[in-house]
Amino acid sequence: MGNAVPASPPRIEALADDAWLVTLGTSIDAATNAAVHALAARLRGNAPPWLRDVVPAYASLAVFVDPLQIDPPAARDWVATHVAAGAVAAPGTGGARSAIEIPVLYGGDAGPDLAAAARELGLDADELVARHAAPIYTVAMIGFAPGFPYLSGLDPALALPRLATPRTRVPAGSVAIGGAQTGIYPRESPGGWRLIGRTPCVLFDPQRAAPSLLFPGDRVRFRPVDATTFDALTVRTDGAK
Amino acid sequence: MSLRVLAAGPLTTVQDLGRHGWRHLGVAQAGALDPDAAALANRLVGNAAGDAVLEFTLHGPTLAIDRTSRVAICGADVDAAFRPAGGETIALATRRPIALPPGELMLGPVRGGARAWLAIDGGIDVPVVLDSRSTDLRGGFGGCNGRALQRGDELPLGTARQHDATAVQLPAWWVDPDADEPREAPIRYVASLHPASGALARGAWRVDARSNRQGLRLAGTALAADAPDGVSAPVAPGTVQLPPDGQPIVLLADAQTVGGYPRLGHVASADLPRLAQCRPGDALRFTPIDADAAHALLLARRHRHARAALAAAQRSR
Repeated sequence: MGNAVPASPPRIEALADDAWLVTLGTSIDAATNAAVHALAARLRGNAPPWLRDVVPAYASLAVFVDPLQIDPPAARDWVATHVAAGAVAAPGTGGARSAIEIPVLYGGDAGPDLAAAARELGLDADELVARHAAPIYTVAMIGFAPGFPYLSGLDPALALPRLATPRTRVPAGSVAIGGAQTGIYPRESPGGWRLIGRTPCVLFDPQRAAPSLLFPGDRVRFRPVDATTFDALTVRTDGAK
Repeated sequence: MSLRVLAAGPLTTVQDLGRHGWRHLGVAQAGALDPDAAALANRLVGNAAGDAVLEFTLHGPTLAIDRTSRVAICGADVDAAFRPAGGETIALATRRPIALPPGELMLGPVRGGARAWLAIDGGIDVPVVLDSRSTDLRGGFGGCNGRALQRGDELPLGTARQHDATAVQLPAWWVDPDADEPREAPIRYVASLHPASGALARGAWRVDARSNRQGLRLAGTALAADAPDGVSAPVAPGTVQLPPDGQPIVLLADAQTVGGYPRLGHVASADLPRLAQCRPGDALRFTPIDADAAHALLLARRHRHARAALAAAQRSR
């Protein structure tokens, strides 16, 4: 798709009558995604009353406005001003918060694809777990389902193709690898990523004041736990609801 | 004070004007597929435009209402009837406020379209979740337990103004702000920079049966599609996607928040309510307009509906 589109980034175009799409790059890479989150933070930090949402993705973001409060061309000018300012400003720090720790029970029933994935990658299961839990990941974007984080920063040696036939039921909290990404299923749903573990954390609860555990741009680290710890954390999570 | 569902219909959901401001967390907009029709139905019964209504698809529900009420049905035509407790069944009409004693409201087949919206005074008083009462069917929250209505459901009603309808009061007047809109005219869209975006307007399309509140799937001569290697980017209700099979999809209110398919452009929001009325097999054509024209269409539609609501409010007084 990249070479089919003539204009080069950064580019601002209409996404809907009430939304502008800002494209900063054409590939999935850390620098472009950091620029997206820095721009999102600038827009949110200067939010006028007509701004409805800023939706970051890998290399682009959408700005949703109330079209009855602002003429879309005026909203575009406002976005363009911040895009231009970003070109000279220092790159964003990418997540002011320190890394959020996600406990994960790897393998077994919690991660039914772990053993096969390790064989496919030519690794011990323990080594796969160690390498999956080593990096600090960035929430590149949230999508697919409410609260589903697309995490960038996966060790390239752990990239795995998606299942040829997606599962009809992936349990909530499943930690998975899909291509060069890793992510967490917030809710039981169909899914084609390879399941290597499960977290007792509730990633999305619409009744919570902060419905999503993670926010785009957040940094995340996985902490391997044993079944006893997993159960203890599960009980605590349920009790807190 | 409640609505009891005696028969649900194939897809009846609680909706308001949608959930705005949560897309960055992957939360869909949801809301009535024709927000103007939902707002007008609300205005006809004296509600705020954003109160929750019932949206029904192809066939309406049968509801028991345990208090006197004022109701209005907007959107496509519906065979509607009412049986007061211990009384005889009376045929109802759409697009006007109807005063009802307690009894059974029977909403039948939807005609000349696919969807209609029922407002009842006081509104459907389900809990507000993430700033909206709309049902998020995929997320499983909002509306009635995050799902379509089922037989036996009981929905709370908000407090209505006092009125003592002992018999059905069906006014002879009605409002139809879209009556003069050409129904066969092409759907207007704003083209993207994608090379296939213009080809959308040259094709003759039919509405595929797999269409739903997430997206309207088009079937026709396949457009030239790219390899599926796109970088996922934000999408919105109205986005026209081009999957690898070359059959475009127009995203609707329940659409996901990001997508990896190439984007051919977006349908003008003034024409999205027309897509809400498409039935499987319906023929569709598209014509490109620019973003300014799309905005002007949106404002014109809002003004038309606001005038109709004002006129109705004066007659209801």
